[in-house]
This record gives sequence, structure tokens and C-alpha cells, in this order.
Amino acid sequence: MVLFTIFCPIVAAILIMVGAPARKTALAASVLTLSAALFLFASFGYGRGDFQHVTSFAISPEWRLNFTTGIDGLSLIMVLLATIVTLAAVWFAGAIDKYENAFYACLLFISGGAIGAFASIDLFFFYAFHELALIPTFLLIGIWGSGNRVAAAWKITIYLAIGSFILLLGLILLYQSVPLASRSFDIRALQAAAGLGQISADAQRHIYLLLLIGFGILVSLFPFHTWAPEAYASAPAPAAMLHAGVLKKFGLYGLLRLAIPLLPEGARHWTTLLVILLLGNIIYVGLVTIAQKRLDWMLGYSSVMHMGYIFLGIASATILATTGAVVLIFAHGLSIALLFAIAGELRKRTGTLVLDELGGFARVMPFAGLAFGFGVFAAIGLPGFANFAGEIMIFFGAFKNGWEMDRFHIFQIATVLALWGVVISTVYMLRAYRKAFMGTTSEQWRQLADLRPALHVPVMLLVGALLCYGFFPQTFVRMVAPAFRNYLAANR
Amino acid sequence: MMRITAPELEIAVLVLGMVILMVEAFATKIDKRILAFAAIAGLAVVLVASFFVAPSPSPAQATGFWNFYTADRLSIFFKQFALLTTIVVLIMMTDYAPVVRSSFPGATPQAGLGEFFALPIFTCVGLMYLVSAVDFIFIFVSLELVTISFYVLVSFTRRNPITLEAGIKYLVLSALSTAFLVYGIAWIFGATGQTNLHRLTEALANPAMNHSAALLGMVLVLVALGFKISAVPFQIWVPDVYQGAPTPVTAYLSVGSKAAGFVVLLRVLQPFLVLPETQRLIVLIALLTLIYGNLAALPQANLKRLLAYSSIAHAGYLLIGVVCFDVRAITFYLVAYLLMTLLSFAVLIIVAQQAGEEISDFDGLARRSPFLAFAMLIGMVSLAGVPFTAGFLGKFYIFYAAVLQRQITLVVVGVITVGCGFYYYLKVVRAMYWQSPEKADKIPVNGLSRFAISALIISTIWLGIYPQPILDALKR
Repeated sequence: MVLFTIFCPIVAAILIMVGAPARKTALAASVLTLSAALFLFASFGYGRGDFQHVTSFAISPEWRLNFTTGIDGLSLIMVLLATIVTLAAVWFAGAIDKYENAFYACLLFISGGAIGAFASIDLFFFYAFHELALIPTFLLIGIWGSGNRVAAAWKITIYLAIGSFILLLGLILLYQSVPLASRSFDIRALQAAAGLGQISADAQRHIYLLLLIGFGILVSLFPFHTWAPEAYASAPAPAAMLHAGVLKKFGLYGLLRLAIPLLPEGARHWTTLLVILLLGNIIYVGLVTIAQKRLDWMLGYSSVMHMGYIFLGIASATILATTGAVVLIFAHGLSIALLFAIAGELRKRTGTLVLDELGGFARVMPFAGLAFGFGVFAAIGLPGFANFAGEIMIFFGAFKNGWEMDRFHIFQIATVLALWGVVISTVYMLRAYRKAFMGTTSEQWRQLADLRPALHVPVMLLVGALLCYGFFPQTFVRMVAPAFRNYLAANR
Repeated sequence: MMRITAPELEIAVLVLGMVILMVEAFATKIDKRILAFAAIAGLAVVLVASFFVAPSPSPAQATGFWNFYTADRLSIFFKQFALLTTIVVLIMMTDYAPVVRSSFPGATPQAGLGEFFALPIFTCVGLMYLVSAVDFIFIFVSLELVTISFYVLVSFTRRNPITLEAGIKYLVLSALSTAFLVYGIAWIFGATGQTNLHRLTEALANPAMNHSAALLGMVLVLVALGFKISAVPFQIWVPDVYQGAPTPVTAYLSVGSKAAGFVVLLRVLQPFLVLPETQRLIVLIALLTLIYGNLAALPQANLKRLLAYSSIAHAGYLLIGVVCFDVRAITFYLVAYLLMTLLSFAVLIIVAQQAGEEISDFDGLARRSPFLAFAMLIGMVSLAGVPFTAGFLGKFYIFYAAVLQRQITLVVVGVITVGCGFYYYLKVVRAMYWQSPEKADKIPVNGLSRFAISALIISTIWLGIYPQPILDALKR
């Protein structure tokens, strides 16, 4: 079943390239993938920290390289996020004026790559699947992008390529840091080796730094974030939804998957650095976001800013905050996808996203206004939305950690500063919402049409997932927490 | 089953070449492309036969001919490599035949075509001898066989002034590098009294010997081999010659000649690895090659020239492998390099006849021929090093070896230059997919080329997912 969720989008993409009807195939594939993910969700065995539905094929016995897939609570949530956002993105894509087949194929490749990365237990494929999305992203922004698409496409591609190769070095070093007898690309084997203390503290520090920079570039950690707003502003809406919502989360997932179980000493060593950088994300990028004059740039920067909270959850290394980070990854993925989708629809109709030129859209496009409102409130972290659950868990967990670490109470200070980030995000989100949707409708926008009824479905899907998860976060917490329990308990 | 010994392979290819030349001389009425097809078929037979070769005696008890010649795993593998390259190059040459024909205005129809198809076979023999050579004299002789046939091939369409310029440059600089080689061999022989590489190892391991003379000889030999593998600072000829030579010949130069150069480099360096100076020298050359190749490729607008610089850049990555002396990493990289480079050149030859060799001539290729555009896409992403292509695994093994040996400088420079690589390779992808075409007519692809290109695409992806066959080939 896990294999099906990975290869369904990829096979569909190949079929589309060969000539299958693009939109129908893509929709069918994403519905199938989502149902497969829901099946995995329903049949998930709670309370277990290990991988389920494991399948394995030998690739290179000599390197102990296997194509092994499987899911635990953490990767299941990531797969679920990827499949939900894929369906929404494909649904929103609509008719494409040029190279329609290539467009849908690229979307599905990104989706398949992300799902593959989340469901791979083998480090090599974990890495390789993520890279599969690199070229489609380049093409999506380059061919169908808007604005300064050329610069944006180069920037994202070269940033991500270098980030990935730094990450690759980290992974190679990780592989080599284990004694020859237990050397393997299998995460479970590495976890066993780490449990026996076979990864020396010195090696952990080096590896963690490489991983932090590599993953950091992929997740737009300050100061490696400049590719993100530009790329998301230029990308066509479905590509921005998939990339900001799902693919970017790969870096966070990687840190959760590798750094916490395998490199606790490395994480501890670099905590101060990470906290300073993530405050850069929250405070500095937050202020930059307020200064944005265009809706798409604002959304791009806001997605960079919110990564700071998730990093805070990861850095604090308490079960509560780490679980909160996972919750927020899921919630942020859905809400940013929703916001980019509506912004994309606005751009289709108006041709501009400069905030000062917009206004009063809620009157002519009530459904779009409602949907965007939901997205905004979710992004701010209003109670009832999943984002709230995630943020509050992160803040509680991080603040608590501050007492136990006798390091200038760095986590308390960081938490207090990060709380100000909530205020900052409220300012820019509400301001943008007011400018675009409230106020009087100017003459030129009177004739705008609301979203087609068909597009209500993906909006409902995203909002529904956000709300249901916001009211019942416990299902997910029960799923994720066991994955960390062993390591973080041993960590304290 | 019949036992085949390794030298019979070369003899078979040599006979094939002579037969083709004879037929060429006497049968004037036939379509000369039949010769190419016959050559492809003949080489394919030899390629199949090469899988049944009996192993050679070990170097310690080698006598007579086996003093010069070895048939170890590495050499058999690279003989197959040379045969495969030659086959693909001959397929490209049949596509290129109209260009050769039109470059001799007024001459009899098909003038020169026969030689054009026959010469690569002799180059192939040279390459096959070269990868087996374990004696400096034999290395020199086989290298000359390769080089002299390349002199003719590079300047084959000689009415074209750019080609002529390329031919002269190649001739002069290649002759110069040969002089360095001979001089280096003389120094090494003078210092150690040996030309056989195996006995040279023993001589150098002797601590009583003064190493400086042998080291000087090694540096001179390194200059000559640096020319072959286009390592900086011996790369000056590469861009002009690659751009000017007939495109199939460029592909042949950049794959066959380079691969054989690396095999010889590995063999020659092995005795000298006991000397610490050697490694420092190679690290320096590798760094320079990486930086120069990648940076100089950035502004190129002509695809052939871009591929020339990319060939220098890849020599840099291969040199990282030489520094770590990881033979399997180098072998895998060379195989990956063969697939993706030949793939790019095969597409280039077809497109260049319809449009041109500039990157802007590839504008909108996705619309004119989705198949060719996809093939080029795979070639370029593999050259750049995207996972699930052979090029990525090649880089992976090289970086793996470098990290294992803690070659921090090389790794850091390597990662940065990979970033450059993404820029200039994706420039081609950008032209093919983003830009709109000037002309909308389709580009025809004949059956044989379509087959060859599809085979190259499939093997590029196949090796990117399942590399074990290549790794096993050297282990058994």
C-alpha cells in the first residue's frame, strides 16, 4: 500500500507524458493516492514507535542499500499531508494554456517525490526521492510562472541543488560514522547503532551541522531563505501549494527523522546556533513580511516565517514541542496551500496581486473571501484550527525545556520572542485580508466571478482537514508521540 | 566452449578495420553507409565475444607478450567500454554522413565517407590496447595509434576553416604532449632501469633509491596524460578542438580518449603512490580542473563548446576519484559519463543539422520533437547529477570516497561546482522547454538513432537506480 502511494503519482505522470488525458489522469491518480493514504491512516496500529507496512527490495547488497519503504506515525502524517495537498493542487490547476500534459506530469512528479521521501526508510532513497522534485519545480516556475520567473527559477534550483549536495555530504558522513559491520543506509539500523552509542559525539557534531545547513536551505531557514518568497511569488499556484505546503517540509521531516534519534549530542551542541537562526526566521522575516506590498510575496515570506516555530519545536527536543512541531507542519501545509490557492485564483481574475490595487473582494467573491479568511485565521493560529494546537504545544514544550537547560534560559527567551511572532503574523495577515477582501469594491473589480462550485471541493477538503485536526489533535498526537518517545526519553 | 584470449579481440577488430578499408577501396558503387552498418555489426560481435575471455596470468609470473599486456578485469571492462563507445559513435556518424558529404563540394559522391567509418575502428583498437598496456613502451605505441587516427578524424571535414584550425591545434599540442611522454619515460627508465609498471613498483619501493629523478619523469608523464584527460592546465586545446571537430569525433574524443586516459593514469600512478608528493600534485590539479571547467562553462552559448567545458569539469570529478584511488568509483563515473555524454551528442548531431549548435537553436525543441527534448533533458540532468540518473550515482561514489578520505577541500569545491553545473546544464533545459521555437517543423529521427538514443536513456536511468552490474563487473 505504501508503494502504491509512492508510485501511483509517478506512474500517472509517466502515462500523462506518454499521452494520457492530463487532467483526468492526474485527478484520478491523486484521488487514488489519497484513498490509499486514508486506508493507511485507518489501519494504523497505534502506540507503536516502529515502522509499519514495511517492504524491502535489495539494490546493492555490498553497500547494504535497499529500497525499503514503510511508515510510522510521523511519516504517515507527512504522507497524508502530501496526498491531501496534491489533490487540492491538481483540482485547482484547471485548464493550462500550454504544454498541459507536462504541467500535470510535473505536479505529480513533485507529489510522488515528496511521498517517496516521506515513506522511505532507506536514507539513499529518502534523499533521492526529494531530489526527483527539483527539475519539475524548475520547469513549473520557468514555463508557467509569472513575474520575474527566470530569476526565481534559477534561484530556487541552484539553492536547492547546493543544499541537497550539502545534505548528501552529511548523509555520507553519517553512513561512514557507523562501524563497518553495522554500516547501512537503513534508518532503523542506524537508530540501533546510535542506541549502542556507536556514533561518536564528535562525528555527531559535524554531521548535525551539515544536516542543519543542508536541510536548513531546503526549509528556508534564516539566512538561507531568500529563494523561497521569490519562487512562491512567481510559481503557478498549484506549484506553490505543493512546494510550500509539502515539499519544503521535507527538511523539517529530515531533522525530526535523523537528528533527534541519531544525533542528540550534535543537536545539543548546536542548539544556541539553531535558536538564533530560528529567531531570525520569526522576528526578522516576520518584520520583512509586514513590509510586503504584494499578496503573493507576503504569503511567501509568511511561509518562511512560520518555519521558525517548527524549528523551535525541533530545537527544544521535548516530546511535547516536537509533537507540536509535527502538528504545525501538517497544519501549516494545509493553510498555506489554501492561501496560495485563493491568491492564485485572484491573480487569474485580476492579473495583479499588489495589495493597494485590490479591495472589497469579499463582496463580489464571497466564497473566496470566506476561504481566504479561514486560511488567514488558521495561519494566525486561532483556536479551533490545527495551527493553534501545534503552536501552543511548541510554546509550552519549549518554555518548559528552558528550566532544565542551564544555558542562560535560552529557550524561555526564545519562546517569549517567538510569542511576539504571533502578533507580527496577526498584523500582516489581517492587514492583507482587510486590504484585499474588505472595504469598498472599486469599479474595475465589480464584475469578478466567484470560485466555480467545482472548486469548493478542494477548499472544503483543506478547511475540513484543518478544523477536524484542530478540534481533535489528540488522534495525531497519539500517532506521532510514540515515534519520539524512545529517543527523547533517553535524551533527558 | 571455445576459449578466447584477450589479444584476439584486438586482432579481430583490426582485421575488421582492414576489411572495411579494402571493401571501401574496391566497391565504389555501394552506399557507403553499408560499411558503417557492417562495422557496427562486427564490433557488436567482438563485444559479445569479450564476455567470454579467459583471464591472463598474474603479473608476477608474466612472460613474453604478457610483460607488456594484461587482461585483468579492469582492462577487459574498458575494452568493452571502448567497443560500446565506438559502436555508438559509428551510429552517430551515419547520422552525420550528410554533413561530411556536403563538406566536399564537387568531389565524387560519397568521397571520404568510407574512411570516415573505418578510422574509428583503428582508434578503437588503439584504445583497447591502451587499457591493457602495463609497460611504458606499449603505452606509448598504443597511445600513438589512438592519437594518429584522431589527427585525421578531427580535421576530417577539412574544407571548414574551424575544423582545420581544430585539426592543427590538436596535431601540434598532441605532438607536444607525446614529446613530454617520451621524455618522462626516458627519465623514469634512467632512474629505475624499468619500463614495466609492475617491476617499477618494486624498484620505487626500494628505499635506497633516489626518487627525485623518477618523480620528475612521473610529472612529465602526468603532463602528457593530463592532455589526454583534459585536466587543467593542459586543457587549452579542448574548447576549440571540441567545437571544430566533426561532432561524432568530438563525442569520441570526449568519451573514448578520456576513459582510456584515466585507465592509463591509474596504472601509471599506482607505482608512484608510495611517494607523498604525487597525491598533493593530483589534489592541486583536481582543484584547478574543477574550478576552471565549471566556471568557464557558465557563460557558454554554443552547446558543443559547453560540452567541451563540461568534459573538463567531469575530468575534475574523476580526478577526485584518482586522488582517493577508488578504481570502482572512477569506473562507474566513466560509464555514467559515457552514457550521458553520448546521449547529449547524439541529440546534438540530429538537432544541429536542422537548426544549429548554439543553445538558442534548441529553443522550443520540446515542441519540435518531444522525444529528442526528453533525451536531452535526461542527458543534462544526469550530467548535472540529479538522483535516479547514472550521473548522480557517479558523483555519489566519488564524494563518498572523498569524504571517507577526509579530502575536505576537494569536497567543498566539488559541492560548489556542482551548483555551477546545475546552472549551465539547465540552461539547455530552459531553452528546450521555456522558449518558443523559431521554426515549428518537426525534426525527423531515423530508426537506428531512435533505438540508440532510447537505449542510452534507459541505461542512464537504469544505472541510476540499479548500479550493481557495473560494480560487480570489476569485482569478479
